[in-house]
Amino acid sequence: MTANAFEVKSVSYHYEDAAGLDGVSLTVAAGEKVALLGANGSGKSTMLKILDGLILPNEGTVAAFGEKLTEETLNDEGFSKAFRRRVGFVFQNPEAQLFSSSVWEEIAFGPLHLGLEHDEIITRVEDTMHILGINHLKDRPPYHLSGGEKKKVALASVLAINPEVLLLDEPSAGLDPKTEDFLIHLISDLNRAGKTVITATQDLGIVPQIASRAIVLGEDHRLSGAGPAGEVLGDEELLRLANLVHYHAHEHDGLRHYHPHSHVEEHDHH
Amino acid sequence: MPDQDPSKTAPPTGLPAWMGGARPATVMAAVPGRRRKDSAVQKTIEGIAAALKTSVFSEKIASRPGLLQKMDPRAKAVSLLGLLVAAALVRQPLILLGLYAVTTAAAGASRISLKFFLKRVWLFIPVFAGLIVLPSIFNVVKAGDPLLTIWNFGHEVRLGPWSLGTSIAITKQGLTGAAILVLRVAVSVSLAVLLALTTRWSDLLKALRVLFVPRVFILILSMTYRYIFLLLDLAAEMFTARRSRMVGPSSPREDRHFAAASIGTLLGKSHALSEEVYAAMVSRGYDGEPLSLRRFHMRGPDWLLALAAAAAAAAAIGADRLLG
Ligand SMILES: Nc1ncnc2c1ncn2[C@@H]1O[C@H](COP(=O)(O)OP(=O)(O)OP(=O)(O)O)[C@@H](O)[C@H]1O
Ligand SMILES: [Mg+2]
Repeated sequence: MTANAFEVKSVSYHYEDAAGLDGVSLTVAAGEKVALLGANGSGKSTMLKILDGLILPNEGTVAAFGEKLTEETLNDEGFSKAFRRRVGFVFQNPEAQLFSSSVWEEIAFGPLHLGLEHDEIITRVEDTMHILGINHLKDRPPYHLSGGEKKKVALASVLAINPEVLLLDEPSAGLDPKTEDFLIHLISDLNRAGKTVITATQDLGIVPQIASRAIVLGEDHRLSGAGPAGEVLGDEELLRLANLVHYHAHEHDGLRHYHPHSHVEEHDHH
Repeated sequence: MPDQDPSKTAPPTGLPAWMGGARPATVMAAVPGRRRKDSAVQKTIEGIAAALKTSVFSEKIASRPGLLQKMDPRAKAVSLLGLLVAAALVRQPLILLGLYAVTTAAAGASRISLKFFLKRVWLFIPVFAGLIVLPSIFNVVKAGDPLLTIWNFGHEVRLGPWSLGTSIAITKQGLTGAAILVLRVAVSVSLAVLLALTTRWSDLLKALRVLFVPRVFILILSMTYRYIFLLLDLAAEMFTARRSRMVGPSSPREDRHFAAASIGTLLGKSHALSEEVYAAMVSRGYDGEPLSLRRFHMRGPDWLLALAAAAAAAAAIGADRLLG
């Protein structure tokens, strides 16, 4: 397939009191795994919400699977059900994503509202809980879980929909090392199974494993660069301008000096 | 300066001087007699949050194997409606008392502890009914036969164009009216609490939808539920966060001031979060139509329940007309 999953053209989005995105264009091919990089407040979450049709750009256009996302198309029941089945979004704040009264119901919510068959829903919920190792949480109310458990349930609630495209907003934040490692492998596996995975993250260390291409948003909410993940990670200047690398203070024999440091090497043991 | 770091050397990392070094040991010592106690405001907020979580948001009771839990939510909703109508029409305290007894018995059969149930219900009543009803038992507000004279003026007292009569007294009519109103509210609240406690939230919404409650209304109800929950949680969290930043106890006045000042932030925060929650629901296919995995089945006992409730409602109204 050569089709594009998303085509974003000169999109700007303004919140009431702040800019979210400013004239950003990007294309994501179907089956790609892409990392969306940027410092705090650069607009990563805003971009994912635009891709998921949850907010509409003030300027510019966004199309998913060749169809423009507009008020009209999204209000069309047929289109929106199909779109919601094809695109899954794991929010940055799991608090926002957990609203059911038990973990089981939480995971069943998506499949149920997207019109799956009763037995299929049950299979999917059980399987997803099994993959993520959260069976023991199934009757717990989601709001009583720990931060990491909440993240897993939020991820499960989207995986159960089995979307073609996964939008993941800071999925590794707050996970213990073992779970983070598991997540990285899960993303690769899902991508190998044909899914498009777009991950917003600031953790440059995981980028080589979760993405073959990286898109960088600057602090001016504009696109500051894009390219193969390896190249972007090697572009010290780009990363420094986007405030994605920082200067570490090192001390040698009482002398202090600074040099840029991007954390990439540290994680290269995979 | 007493609070100065004993070692005057600047920390090596480029931190401001005041940030480095260890604190003088005295700071950690407990100040006798200044135990920190949770304030009334904080206790109230945490209490409400905890109570709501365990009674409304938790589905513990709804998953118990009790009488009403086994019933079809639609049968329950219809029965509730019938009994609510009866409670609204009946004017005899005795019959209302009977309806109240039936409701309480149903709670017992549904494995809800009597204490828990009575507490839930009677907590609301003084607020909603008591304050409104109280004045009406006096002859000053509503004329009637005096039952208990509280104050005798000995002559007629006038307040501008109004006559207050020659005494202040509790009247028979006033007292009966108040009793009826309080009972009526008690029965209605009991019925609503009973339905809410024995039915899972998603089933309840679906049942209401089946009973032709419009989708928009269900959407509002469902978002209100999430919103209140977020609001309480955030409120409790803000108090905890403040406590961790405070040295020593706060006075009730400071607490009230903090509460007043935080309401704006709180509403803003919970609004932003509930918008995000709504977006997350939409992202997973929600369109305002309440769905639940459990299939509804109207079986023998469900029809029986609806029939029994209808019969009870009709009997109550009939008996009321006969007695009145
Ligand atoms: N609901 C909102 N209302 C107003 N402004 C907002 C809102 N959400 C985000 N913003 C602003 O829009 C800009 C982009 O925010 P966004 O959440 O997209 O950043 P981000 O790249 O995801 O940051 P982070 O790494 O911290 O998650 C920020 O300046 C932020 O303050
Ligand atoms: Mg973000």
